[in-house]
Amino acid sequence: MADAVAVHEGLFTTEPRLIGGNCAACGRHQFPRGPLCPYCGSDEVDEALLSPSGTLWMWTAVTAPPPGYRGDVPYGFGVVELPEGLRVITRLAESDPSALTFGQAVTLQLVRLHSDDDGNDVVTWAFG
Amino acid sequence: MRAVEIAGIGLHPFGRFDGKTVTEMGVAAVRQALADADVDRRGFQAAFCGTAYSGVAAGHRVLDALGATGGPIVDVEAGCASGGAAVMMAAAAIASGQYDTVLVFGMEKMPKGIIRSSFFAPWQEEAGLSPAPAYFALRAQRLMRESGVTKDHLADVVVKNRGNGVHNPDAMFRKEATAEDVLASRLVCEPLHLWMLCSPNEGAAALVLRAASTSGGVRVAAAALRSHLPGNVLSEATPMSGLVDDDVTPATTLAADAAYAQAGVGPDDLDVVELQDTDAARELLSYEELGLCPIGGAAKLLDEGATRMDGRLPVNPSGGLLSKGEPLGASALGQLVELTRQLRGDAGPRQVAGAKAALGHTVGRGANASVVILTR
Ligand SMILES: [Zn+2]
Repeated sequence: MADAVAVHEGLFTTEPRLIGGNCAACGRHQFPRGPLCPYCGSDEVDEALLSPSGTLWMWTAVTAPPPGYRGDVPYGFGVVELPEGLRVITRLAESDPSALTFGQAVTLQLVRLHSDDDGNDVVTWAFG
Repeated sequence: MRAVEIAGIGLHPFGRFDGKTVTEMGVAAVRQALADADVDRRGFQAAFCGTAYSGVAAGHRVLDALGATGGPIVDVEAGCASGGAAVMMAAAAIASGQYDTVLVFGMEKMPKGIIRSSFFAPWQEEAGLSPAPAYFALRAQRLMRESGVTKDHLADVVVKNRGNGVHNPDAMFRKEATAEDVLASRLVCEPLHLWMLCSPNEGAAALVLRAASTSGGVRVAAAALRSHLPGNVLSEATPMSGLVDDDVTPATTLAADAAYAQAGVGPDDLDVVELQDTDAARELLSYEELGLCPIGGAAKLLDEGATRMDGRLPVNPSGGLLSKGEPLGASALGQLVELTRQLRGDAGPRQVAGAKAALGHTVGRGANASVVILTR
């Protein structure tokens, strides 16, 4: 069994949960977590594990591999609304746009992108 | 503040020109603009060059080839709005009295295929979160959900603009398209088909701006550049997240409102518009964001035929980016070359009769949005 390696550190936990930020000054959430709040400029941004459940807002499918991408096509791509008041750009587990509906419930999962040079599975997050 | 006029225009056609350098295209456009303005290569005090992919000192290389260096040469990068940003800076410098005559030019030789930019981190590309057409598709889907736009409307935009492009010898695509052709082209990202997306390409455009004389030339009535406000996940800033908030004013509206105020000209006063049609939905979204129709009214404005050549407000008489292709740095200036021809009455078979007020609009990565209003 190949080991799973995150496409980038600090984006999600293995549970999985997205690792966001919550501004102590204005209360707004962000993803990914950055050092500052993009809405009020405060540097009091605490780590916040975001809800793994949300609703589908917008979606499409990518049919040709964009530059730098090493996974399969087509793949689903869209925006999911989270209860924290966030809309997050995300991959979708479903790559057929006609199978998706506005407002449907979706849940966070980890999906394999490709294998790296050491044979490990490189994984990222998706909603489905 | 002094009034500013367009003294000269120059354009290198938009298309693919293998073996030709971006500098050569820039030189061609600049020489034309200087000749049109009857200004010699020492007759301007500053130059602003809009470009995104041409490397360090791109503007210097063009003016070096012309023996026209010595004054300030500033490259301006504002994505799709680079040319608009250059015009804003040049016009302000003239209006303030800093310079009397300023050269503005823009050029690009875009890589082929989906545009790769340094905007995204490598992990975002690796995870498949960077494809520009997918972001366009999400904006298109939102417009369809909220404004009654259908896929047929998207095809109609392409038919309109490609029909106009037939009459533009400087355009890349000069064949009419039918709605059936458009909908039969490859699906790139639902709902966008290949023919609904403009092609990144190559080209150059140039303007000579100067303090206005009393001769009744084409005036730069306003040149505004704005960036995005935070919070809109689908803004051209392409953030990874945004807020559940539908009241974030888009960059295009910020730029348009500033330009209308500066010019004392409103959307109802316009006779002709060139606007950002990176994809077919972007044209319709721009109708709403520029105030050419109410929010939610884009489909109706198109259905009425208002934006066709024979309508009350022709949009993209040049054929738009859907016909011309998009060389980023030259894009906004190409629009202003077209609009200057329109206001001079020199647009030939594309002429909008009696045009007196024109608007040019670009928006893209950054986010950057520019709106320039020309009057005569
Ligand atoms: Zn804050």
